[in-house]
Amino acid sequence: MKISPQWLHDFVALEVDYPQLADDLTLTGLAVESIVGEGDSTVFEMEITTNRPDAMNHFGVARECSAIYRLPLRSHEPDLPPASNKANFSIDVEDPAGCARYTARVVHGTTVGVSSQLIATRLTTLGHRLINSAADASNYVLWEMGHPTHVFDLDLLEGSKIIVRRARVGETLKTLDGVDRKLSPHDLVIADAAKPVALAGVMGGFDTMITAKTKNILIEAASFDPVAVRNSSKRHGLHTDASHRFERGADFESTVLACNRVAELLLKSGGGELLGHPLDVISRRLDQAPVALRVSEVRRILGVPLESGEITDILQRLGFELMPEPGEEPEFTVHIPSWRLDVEREIDLVEELARLHGYDKFPKTIPAYSGAVIEQPGAEKDRKLRTCLLSLGYNEAISSTFVSHQDAADFSESSSLIELANPLTENASVMRPSLIPGMLGMLAHNLNRGNENVRLFEAGNVFEDSESPEQKKRICLGATGSAVSSSVNQPARPISFFDIKGDIETLLDYFKYDKLHYDQDASGYYAYGRAAKVVMDGVPVAQFGQIDSAVASRSKIRRDIFVGEIYLDRLYEHSVREIRYRPLPRFPSVERDFSFIFDDSVTFETISESISNLQLSELQSLVPVEIFRGGSVATGKYSILLRARFQSVARTLREEEVARWSAEIIDALQALGGKQRA
Amino acid sequence: MPKEKASSYSVPKLGTFTGPTLDKAVAKLLAAVDAESKHLSQEREWKDFRDRWLSRNNGLLAQVNELWLKAAPKESKREVGQRVNELKKKVDYQIEDIRSRLVSRPSTGEEAGKSESDREMSKPAPDSRALDITLPGIERPLGAEHPVIKTMNEIVSVFRGLGYSVEEGPEIETDYYNFEALNFPPNHPARDTQDTLFIADQDHKPPRERLLLRTHTSPVQIRAMGKTKPPLRIVCPGKVHRNDAPDATHSPIFHQVEGLAVDTNITFSDLKGTLDYAMKTLFGSSVKTRFYPSFFPFTEPSADVQISCIFCNGAGRRDGAACRNCKASGWIELLGCGMVDPNVYSFVDYDATKVSGFAFGMGVERIAILKYGVGDIQMFFQGDVRFLQQFA
Repeated sequence: MKISPQWLHDFVALEVDYPQLADDLTLTGLAVESIVGEGDSTVFEMEITTNRPDAMNHFGVARECSAIYRLPLRSHEPDLPPASNKANFSIDVEDPAGCARYTARVVHGTTVGVSSQLIATRLTTLGHRLINSAADASNYVLWEMGHPTHVFDLDLLEGSKIIVRRARVGETLKTLDGVDRKLSPHDLVIADAAKPVALAGVMGGFDTMITAKTKNILIEAASFDPVAVRNSSKRHGLHTDASHRFERGADFESTVLACNRVAELLLKSGGGELLGHPLDVISRRLDQAPVALRVSEVRRILGVPLESGEITDILQRLGFELMPEPGEEPEFTVHIPSWRLDVEREIDLVEELARLHGYDKFPKTIPAYSGAVIEQPGAEKDRKLRTCLLSLGYNEAISSTFVSHQDAADFSESSSLIELANPLTENASVMRPSLIPGMLGMLAHNLNRGNENVRLFEAGNVFEDSESPEQKKRICLGATGSAVSSSVNQPARPISFFDIKGDIETLLDYFKYDKLHYDQDASGYYAYGRAAKVVMDGVPVAQFGQIDSAVASRSKIRRDIFVGEIYLDRLYEHSVREIRYRPLPRFPSVERDFSFIFDDSVTFETISESISNLQLSELQSLVPVEIFRGGSVATGKYSILLRARFQSVARTLREEEVARWSAEIIDALQALGGKQRA
Repeated sequence: MPKEKASSYSVPKLGTFTGPTLDKAVAKLLAAVDAESKHLSQEREWKDFRDRWLSRNNGLLAQVNELWLKAAPKESKREVGQRVNELKKKVDYQIEDIRSRLVSRPSTGEEAGKSESDREMSKPAPDSRALDITLPGIERPLGAEHPVIKTMNEIVSVFRGLGYSVEEGPEIETDYYNFEALNFPPNHPARDTQDTLFIADQDHKPPRERLLLRTHTSPVQIRAMGKTKPPLRIVCPGKVHRNDAPDATHSPIFHQVEGLAVDTNITFSDLKGTLDYAMKTLFGSSVKTRFYPSFFPFTEPSADVQISCIFCNGAGRRDGAACRNCKASGWIELLGCGMVDPNVYSFVDYDATKVSGFAFGMGVERIAILKYGVGDIQMFFQGDVRFLQQFA
């Protein structure tokens, strides 16, 4: 909001320079964001908070200045000639809920022309377009003292009547901006005997507006219900200076003054006469109840004992009236000025005291506390996984929470997605049901910019089921390019399925479980046979693998990319693996190699399980050392070299027992159809 | 038999017992152990080998005892003793190691051969040439923390140090938690400042149950107070969303850290002291804070907090020109805060006459932008590794 500091001089004799004034206003609650221009055309760009409609005008800011600097405030008393006759006009407020007060005045026989130099300069300095002397007068009064007014061409109002009511079904109104609007029965309107002539508190009607031909003018200043104005303003997408103020609350007591001030300006610029006294209909009074203020409460909240004297002084400077109450504790009954609609409670007065006392005058203390810091249940697991991913070389990333309908459908197992009512774009209209679309987007972003080796992870929530939305935490990792970059020391090696698998295994290794199974049956966006679903004790906790090339190419990716998604809600059902010390082996281990040919259908998991079923307690590990296909190995078969390592905690192993276990292993492998190689 | 060759080592008598002489002798002996072990292929051979070296009777190490230690003059005994002990340990270990290699080596032929020879082959030939140590090392790249999350964690840890527990809450919230219980009445213009993203198809629900994306992490405060009686100290980090079209300074996604302290004796001075301490911890002890009135529906009195500009040290000018970071004002606005509005307590069943408290909130991206000088908020959400790696 723009305020001209020069204009403030109409009401208060300021002695400070503009930068100082801006600082002082900011520190007491009317924030000056910047100072633009020089001299008389200096403008303060101000950020007046929604609770202070009283300060959204020059008189209001001047009132604040008078409180800050203890300067007298010159209020404006319109200088009006005596009114002649009686206006032959009536006002009927049919909707007291929507309109608490409606004040009108009639100016007869005036000439509408160009505004005076002062008005023109001031309005243009604030960036307003000049319309005509009558419309400008109404506008000027709004910026001067804050109360929105409207001026009608009296001769275009039918039936010499104003009715404040709700619109009727089917009624329309062409507003001043030239738009024909279908009115809702919820819209509060100003109507004449026949038709709506203004959308109350928002904008006047086009057909009754002031033109160069206008001779007789009806001035309106009313007190409309903030919610009614806000709803109409929203319904019609019309945010105006008037609606901005009515929504936040206009001063019930200032309607007559506003009317008179507009009348004064009209008479001054275009002549004419004032017809009758103000027509002032009060349908309900908006009286603010007095508030009790305890000095002890001021101290309890602010931590600083403000003396009764200072309390009285500050509040009186702001226009409050205080009545001391008898009693043990100092206490006041405080009467609220009509323009301070935001002050209704004791705490509101405490705030007034704090800001005028000066926030910078309060000491800084740190409160003592005896409670304990409580950890979130998953915090330790989150930290472990994050640290691990970082040390595995994955960069932490954050992608959009929103995806397109297409991506949502492609990457979700569920049909129940959560859509936004007012999305920014179609591409961002659904809450992500998976972190993978975001990951693909980030991988594509990198590849498009020539970043060929990329490792990223994102920890974030995914969303499903709009009835009772579920937020589930996941970690997604994505990788493309080289696992090892080429150098003088080693050739490059591209990232493979087993790199990702190794990383997933490392992450899962933090958790306690009995059995981990890698299932072929991964989601369709993974390449077949290049991806796995990880099942921990019967529950899928992750999926990972190479992204199907058709899916990748939809994200304009033409390289092999590897992605994994870990379902933390399920994984975190498992506790973290406990760390226990085991004595280091004191006796040497013994290795034995077994070279076998198997059918392709025999997986390593099958082999590994059949060996572990032998329950050889000294068997420490069984690892595949070499796999070979082709050559002398028949199609559909593969050759594998397995290495078993035996070790006992109690003794050096004897040759015979190692031979016996080896024979058992050979039997088990043969039972799987394996042929031992010669 | 390689035995003749292997047995060629015998323990020499030492003429002098100086350090260099001893070192030389020790190295020779160890080399001999190594050389002899190479010719062993069977356990039986190993046993002979072991006896030759370790036999108490006249094993080579026993000879070392006689010829080196006992023969040494008094003044050298200590030094010689140390070396002999070390030597014994080494030989013991090496001989046991050779055995385990022998035992694990398949001895029965069938599974033999291939793997073993492979292992032998894969051993690189020892290279005694001096390395070009100026060649780049083999890096194992580390991932980088995201600057926003790193900053968020730093903020949280400052408050953890002051006794605040971390609380989290859902990103999809109800109107009740995001607005109503925070004293934003229905139809209040203060809601307009929040640019809310709403979930579709909510019209059939009562207004307070309608879903939206939380516009701030303040609903977590309501949830926390709803389940915990005072005293309470929490800090709520998290992601929030607003209907803001993305550009260099706006993002529909951003992060906040909010905090709340409620107790029987919390004052406005406590709020000032706590945030002043936090800002000094985050930005350096020379940073000053400035509080001035503001408005938030859920706090009263409310305040905005500025810190003295960390680029120009609050001078407003830097390198002879107006400081761009603080627009020459010397101050940077960083967070909003205030004393919890008593209306909020009524939603969570706290007795506003008995307890008081303060709440504060700050945008994490804004702080990260300041700390690292990032020019475009969108960089945070693109996953560009050239950007992210700068924070490693």
